[in-house]
Amino acid sequence: MQDEPTPEELIKAVADFLRSDIAPLISGHHAFKLRVSINALDLVTRQITLEQVGDAAETARLSRLLAMQGTLGELNRALADRIAKGEVDLQTPGLADHLWQTTMDKLAVDQPNYASYRRELGEKGG
Amino acid sequence: MEASLGRCVASWCPGATGVTGAVRLSGGASQETWSFDIVHPAGNIGAILRRAPQGHGASPRAVGLNAEAVLMRLAYDAGVPSPRVLHVLEPQDELGTGFIMQRVDGETIARKILRDDRYAQARPKLARQLGNVLAVIHGLPLPQLPELRRMTAAKEIAEFERDYHSFGWPRPVFELALRWLRDRDPGPSQEVTLVHGDFRHGNLIIGPDGVRAVLDWELAHLGDPMEDLGWICVNSWRFGEIDKPVGGFGAREDLFAGYQSTGRRVDPDRVMFWEVMGTLRWGLMCCGMMQRFRSNPEHSVERAMIGRRASETEIDLLRLLAPRA
Repeated sequence: MQDEPTPEELIKAVADFLRSDIAPLISGHHAFKLRVSINALDLVTRQITLEQVGDAAETARLSRLLAMQGTLGELNRALADRIAKGEVDLQTPGLADHLWQTTMDKLAVDQPNYASYRRELGEKGG
Repeated sequence: MEASLGRCVASWCPGATGVTGAVRLSGGASQETWSFDIVHPAGNIGAILRRAPQGHGASPRAVGLNAEAVLMRLAYDAGVPSPRVLHVLEPQDELGTGFIMQRVDGETIARKILRDDRYAQARPKLARQLGNVLAVIHGLPLPQLPELRRMTAAKEIAEFERDYHSFGWPRPVFELALRWLRDRDPGPSQEVTLVHGDFRHGNLIIGPDGVRAVLDWELAHLGDPMEDLGWICVNSWRFGEIDKPVGGFGAREDLFAGYQSTGRRVDPDRVMFWEVMGTLRWGLMCCGMMQRFRSNPEHSVERAMIGRRASETEIDLLRLLAPRA
């Protein structure tokens, strides 16, 4: 067992340091790159926090939808394949819900401020 | 750089005594943009150099800088807001291939155009203006155009599929979109025109008075004119203003009205089809950025983070193809 602090706590501490202490000292293109870098650290923190629960639910949904077992990668490949072949489509019960839930979970990690995501979250209960 | 530019400028700009303030603005390995001032007794002239250094080939989809210069001159002469092309580089300039154009003052950064008070008067007018500009571009006479790729939706979808499969990463939403596009491809357009190919924020210079210049003809081709109208409506170019489909500043009706004021016709169904095409296209471009991040030794964190924006286009595709009740 690894000791504390956790990776999440460490990354958050680094991101906060860069945001509060370093960003105000830097200007121009480096300031832009620093902002992007801080965004990347924040993304990693969100992924560490949310990924396990999201992946488990996605795997369960895919297993039901496809009636098969496998890793998340294998299941996604199988779904992609069946959509490409026209074996499942938006009329297939559960497909639209699955794609929506999976996409919402991705946005919660990637870009929680994206306007389309916030709209869907707010108006439709996500 | 200033010495080479000075020699070049002296050869075609009578009275010019040199150049000053040359700075590189942007660009990747294959293409550069420089800003500089031509020193002239009658007053300095702001100029932009767009060039590919010697030995660099352009991407297969790019028209090439010489063709870009021809298109910009045609657009300028037809009344499209456009920088005047001052000089097309020649071998003796020893600056590579490319051209020098007049520098147009204004803003290209979407967030400023959409938020700053400076552009408050321009915003409500832009969609109609841009519709008008696109109509003029689409009306340029074909025989005058340089050689360009002839594209159709079917060809483009095939390229999307090839790109998507090259990434080796399953994306069920992209598969759904590809399937939707193949099933609903309206077929080749009856009318084939010049298509700008990248008509959106970043490639438009905006001033407080409205649109001042159309830039970057790199992806110009022949095809369905509705493609340009669909591309500027893609949600990725709304920068948060998602209820204003045209670039985050306007309504489709205004864009269409500006376009039709010239006598040209809009096919709203085709425009919507191209909006879905464009959404997937930007999603694939995000995935391409992730590939370049991985394969490129410079490990650009910007490219890496653009890779994580592909999911934005997935939610936008779902909003278009499978809206929730």
